[in-house]
Amino acid sequence: MENSYQTKVVLLACGSFNPITNMHLRMFELARDYLEDTGKYRVVKGIISPVGDGYKKKGLIEASHRIEMARLATESSDWVIVDPWEGQQAEWVETAKVVRHHYEELLAAEGSNDEVDTVKAGKKRRHEDREGCTHFHCVRTAGPAAGTGHRCRQRGDSDRKWRDVPQLKFLCGADVLESFGVPNLWKSEDITEIVGHYGMVCITRAGNDAWKVVHQSDKLWRHRKNIHLVKEWVSNDISATHLRRALRRGQSVRYLLPDPVVHYIQEHSLYSAESEEKNADVILAPLQKYSKGCS
Amino acid sequence: MAGRIPLVLLACGSFNPITHQHMRLFELARDHMHQTGQFQVVGGIVSPVSDVYGKQGLAPALHRVAMARLALRNSDWVSVDDWESKQPDWTETVITMRHHYSQILKQDQKTWPKGATPPAGTPQLKLLCGADFLHAFQVPGLWKADHVTEVVGRFGLVCVSRGSLQPDRAVHQSDALSRHSSNIFLVREWVHNEISATEVRRALRRGLSVKYLLPDPVIDYIREHDLYTWESERKNEGAVLRPLAQQGAPPETLAD
Repeated sequence: MENSYQTKVVLLACGSFNPITNMHLRMFELARDYLEDTGKYRVVKGIISPVGDGYKKKGLIEASHRIEMARLATESSDWVIVDPWEGQQAEWVETAKVVRHHYEELLAAEGSNDEVDTVKAGKKRRHEDREGCTHFHCVRTAGPAAGTGHRCRQRGDSDRKWRDVPQLKFLCGADVLESFGVPNLWKSEDITEIVGHYGMVCITRAGNDAWKVVHQSDKLWRHRKNIHLVKEWVSNDISATHLRRALRRGQSVRYLLPDPVVHYIQEHSLYSAESEEKNADVILAPLQKYSKGCS
Repeated sequence: MAGRIPLVLLACGSFNPITHQHMRLFELARDHMHQTGQFQVVGGIVSPVSDVYGKQGLAPALHRVAMARLALRNSDWVSVDDWESKQPDWTETVITMRHHYSQILKQDQKTWPKGATPPAGTPQLKLLCGADFLHAFQVPGLWKADHVTEVVGRFGLVCVSRGSLQPDRAVHQSDALSRHSSNIFLVREWVHNEISATEVRRALRRGLSVKYLLPDPVIDYIREHDLYTWESERKNEGAVLRPLAQQGAPPETLAD
């Protein structure tokens, strides 16, 4: 039976994270619950990859700040981390390349030692006062040194063998799925690579018909088995755009994003009317690139 | 903020458990009341209902109060008051408001909650509620007329709308409410954010993650005390809500 193996999965979310919100963080929790509930997967890591400044999106503040805020936001998580690689590139990097980069990192880590456990141990060290596991009704195994992380009651696992190299899956919201149809935003072969080769987990809101998007695109439909649509029952529509608007109007954003991020924004007076004008008349990097090159 | 009326916001409800959404209501209401230019919000009170309320799946008040305290531990203006939760019987909203207002007047002589400097003028107390609360006024016979007059007329409401509910319509459709409409402040919540405690409990008993829907210390507390399970959800199953048994009034200002 296929269930005698559980595939290790690493989730990768790309985006502006300008700033990161509780909704971005919820996406990871929902995706992990969903994948593990299938009985086929064990999610071992989540990676947040903020886009670089070269993306040129309106109101996009410096990557260094966005990376730091994401780092603060994930401090209390024992499985989601921030990777600064994409954000530190001078030029905008195509998402397919980012996915490829992270897969190569996983392969390299598998060759040497278990990267996942190293990350986890590092986080544990920083947060020894916190309980690691965020999952409920979870049987805590041998303590902080238990390298394989949390294991849940409903999934007896001692006799299971894990595949060695984790799968990397692209985690996104329904808006990204819809954006696949926007002209010149994505290269066609990149979509094929991300969805076909790696696979995606897409969080959709109740009432949002994401299957329709898949159905109406031949390319997506061909790879439908590699697309996991996860319904979010608790509507939690915290957009970063709304947050920035509230911030520059001096309104409270508390409880929409983690407290340490709220403090960081205040400390560095990050989102103002001025910062929102950044890149105001600049064309988004992918649009610049693809509308010139191909037609 | 000189010359503004000092204002305390009171929220009554189950808080079973408290979520980020409950705390957002306070933030939204404070921003809104400051924007009117008339008020200075000097405090917020979370008042969990007592166990005799009899709602299905209601965890013991002791835990609900403890969780609310953990959640608000870092707030410099909202605090938890356990007076209502300790009453032997269910307390009508008017009674709870009277109690807190007398406390506020007493405190006004001394210092303000959490060390704020006392502003000039007599402080006011307003009830913070969700839009669904207003809709209860439309149901004939549910509210005693003198209670409406006191809650809305004497104290006042700050009502945060979520989702598709139309609070202004509810005010319009109720004679009692429209009579006091100058004392009803409607706050529009632009972020569609429906973290209901019901959904949180559902996720908890199904073993799903609720991280980022409520503060980490509350999640730790729930796990430690094994609070929301299939079994606990059956508590009070089939029981008549205490207020309905008593007078047929809808009690909750924050329906979840």
